Amino acid sequence: MALTSTLSHTVEEVWKALDEVQDPEIPVLSLVDLKVVREIQVEGTSVTVRLVPTFAGCPAMETMRRDVERRLAAMGFTEVSVHIERSASWSTEQMMDSTKEKLRSFGIAPPPSKLESLHATLSVPVPCPFCESLDTRPDGEFGSTLCKQYFFCNACRQSFERFKPL
Amino acid sequence: MLVPLPRIPHTGGIPEGGISYFDIGISSLFRIMPNEPLISYLAALADDELVIGHRDSEWTGYAPILEEDIAFSNIAQDELGHSLALYTLAQSLGAGEPDIMAFERPWQEFTCCRFVSYPKGDFAYTVMRQYLYDEAEQVRMKSHASSSFGPLRDLSEKILAEEAYHLMHSRGLVQRLGNATEDSHRRMQEAVDQAFPQALGMFEETEGSAKLVESRIIRPEAELQEQWLAAVVPTLEQARLRLPLQRQGSALHIKCRADIGGRTKNHNEHLRQLVADLQHVYQSAPGASW
Repeated sequence: MALTSTLSHTVEEVWKALDEVQDPEIPVLSLVDLKVVREIQVEGTSVTVRLVPTFAGCPAMETMRRDVERRLAAMGFTEVSVHIERSASWSTEQMMDSTKEKLRSFGIAPPPSKLESLHATLSVPVPCPFCESLDTRPDGEFGSTLCKQYFFCNACRQSFERFKPL
Repeated sequence: MLVPLPRIPHTGGIPEGGISYFDIGISSLFRIMPNEPLISYLAALADDELVIGHRDSEWTGYAPILEEDIAFSNIAQDELGHSLALYTLAQSLGAGEPDIMAFERPWQEFTCCRFVSYPKGDFAYTVMRQYLYDEAEQVRMKSHASSSFGPLRDLSEKILAEEAYHLMHSRGLVQRLGNATEDSHRRMQEAVDQAFPQALGMFEETEGSAKLVESRIIRPEAELQEQWLAAVVPTLEQARLRLPLQRQGSALHIKCRADIGGRTKNHNEHLRQLVADLQHVYQSAPGASW
């Protein structure tokens, strides 16, 4: 049976499929939500995907590459190439509202929209994702992953993380 | 194992002013470019990031407080990511693969500045070194914004955004520790006495860098050093720390000898030991897939 001749997916179908591939560190988000998937090209049974890491040193990139390759192979593509572009810029500015809502529901404060400078952005109070109080403070500049930063809520006495504005 | 270092991806001699990029498929926009000096420059910066990243990682599990353990582990990971991105850019111009550059190259071939190779010392020295390094990285990456080499502009923009967090962290600590107790102030003064002459080595020219300045790919190191001084002096003054500088009118004169030599591969025992540690696992099973 010439199965391969019937296996042809549109670019839209591939986008949909990759929207089901979870971020390994924040599983409530997909690689499409995170804008890590930047470009998809389909030609018959071969597909090329371009990935851009959030932070250049993101250690999850190889896991992401493997997950994307598996998902695309499962769709029937015989040739899958995944390119990781470490020098391309990535900014939380492009983050969709729906993505921010998913982060909040997961207990991570979403990044605010960027002001004129990162410095200005960082001076905006961060609402607690649990009780919405603005009485919060950063616990340093870093967190459990490169893309997050520890905070503490003085109102509900809860420690939380926020996705770093970038 | 000997590894071919900065390879020139073409046959024949190098014409005046650079080589053609048509033969390696890079955009014709950059077809005239002195690529060997550019590889040297990128590899030196990548080596700096790799080596300081390794030193930072030595605090994982050992930092004086949990927040700093997390901070230096994060910083280490960021710097390693920047080294990978810089090696990858060098590779696109003909250098070896990033893993080969980092894990197979003999330590004598590294061109990091000596500054990053010194042992992590106490926490005061670590904080001071990281601060002086972070300010230099700001100045350098910002200077790339006007580079005639597009990929360097893009990468520097990404690195700068991430580095903003490093600088907030190290600058804040320098100011707090400089102004906290007599003991913390004394330790920070000792740290700056030791680190400042070493830090000047960050601005030692890389091989053939005059050509890169001429092609407007980079700015002169002396200019970067001046901008760096303008950034670090006010912070260190706020931290009540003395520097080996003399003011004459608006000019600042440096009254110490810069610890240079790293860019010309004149390294010390510390780098040999560090690279041995860094390459140990990789070299124990070369070519293994993890």
